[in-house]
Amino acid sequence: MIDWQSFTPASAFTGGMIIGLATALLLLITGRIAGISGIIGGLVELRRGDFAWRAAFVSGLLLAPWLWQWLGELPPVHIETSHTVLALAGLAVGIGTRYGSGCTSGHGVCGLSRLSPRSMVATVLFMIMGMMVVYVVRHSLS
Amino acid sequence: MLIPFTALLSGLVFGLGLILSGMTDPAKVLSFLDVAGLWDPSLMFVMLGAISIGFFAFRAAKRRGRTLLSTPVHLPGTRTVDLRLILGSLLFGMGWGLVGICPGPGLVLAASGHTGGIVFMVAMLLGMFIFDRLEKHRQSDSNVNYRQPGNIERK
Repeated sequence: MIDWQSFTPASAFTGGMIIGLATALLLLITGRIAGISGIIGGLVELRRGDFAWRAAFVSGLLLAPWLWQWLGELPPVHIETSHTVLALAGLAVGIGTRYGSGCTSGHGVCGLSRLSPRSMVATVLFMIMGMMVVYVVRHSLS
Repeated sequence: MLIPFTALLSGLVFGLGLILSGMTDPAKVLSFLDVAGLWDPSLMFVMLGAISIGFFAFRAAKRRGRTLLSTPVHLPGTRTVDLRLILGSLLFGMGWGLVGICPGPGLVLAASGHTGGIVFMVAMLLGMFIFDRLEKHRQSDSNVNYRQPGNIERK
């Protein structure tokens, strides 16, 4: 059943288009893919030579909530998960996105935009797995 | 100087888009993944919005083969669907489904000072570091094996 009260198609689509613009800007000027896990992964690896653009992109991303807060109020955030689960999930996301060569941005946005079969497979898999985990946590454990 | 500046601007715009889209609220992402409960399809509209622009950007980049600065475009070369892609994506989906946070929103949440976001980000960075160590180990192992004449004969 669709949650009509929470469903925000207009801001979701507009926000998505802005993400698309950021992706286009990075691609057409620097020739790089805006895949967040790949960009951070490259920073963690401390690869020589292509550190600057990665660090700059991540800095921009980290500045975004500050700029937003300067202009208005940040939308409310609800995190109900315990710190232990957040840490376990963080580990899984860190290792998984690096083995799978991408996350929601690298595969879900950039990969699907360039019609990459690998990204289509990856996106379907992480979405189905995410849905299965939510199903187990919300509908069969409780 | 233009490249780091563009990357900074792109990261900033990307982050603002994420915040506007609502995807920095883990509860909203979990509602998207909760297809059996009260379902919030917003995330699908975020992806459609992003792809509606991204599709043309990637098509232009492929046609030109170069950036607007005439530098090369770095597109992934791998084409085959392998076990690493499958298992990695499944593991990522597990973590994503547990908390509703993926790397981009994780960074934004941490930067806006949410303790939960900081915990997630530190663990994610640790995970990436572990991956990097394992990869380096694996590569040096296979290099050593490759050099051993016994291994070559067996092939």
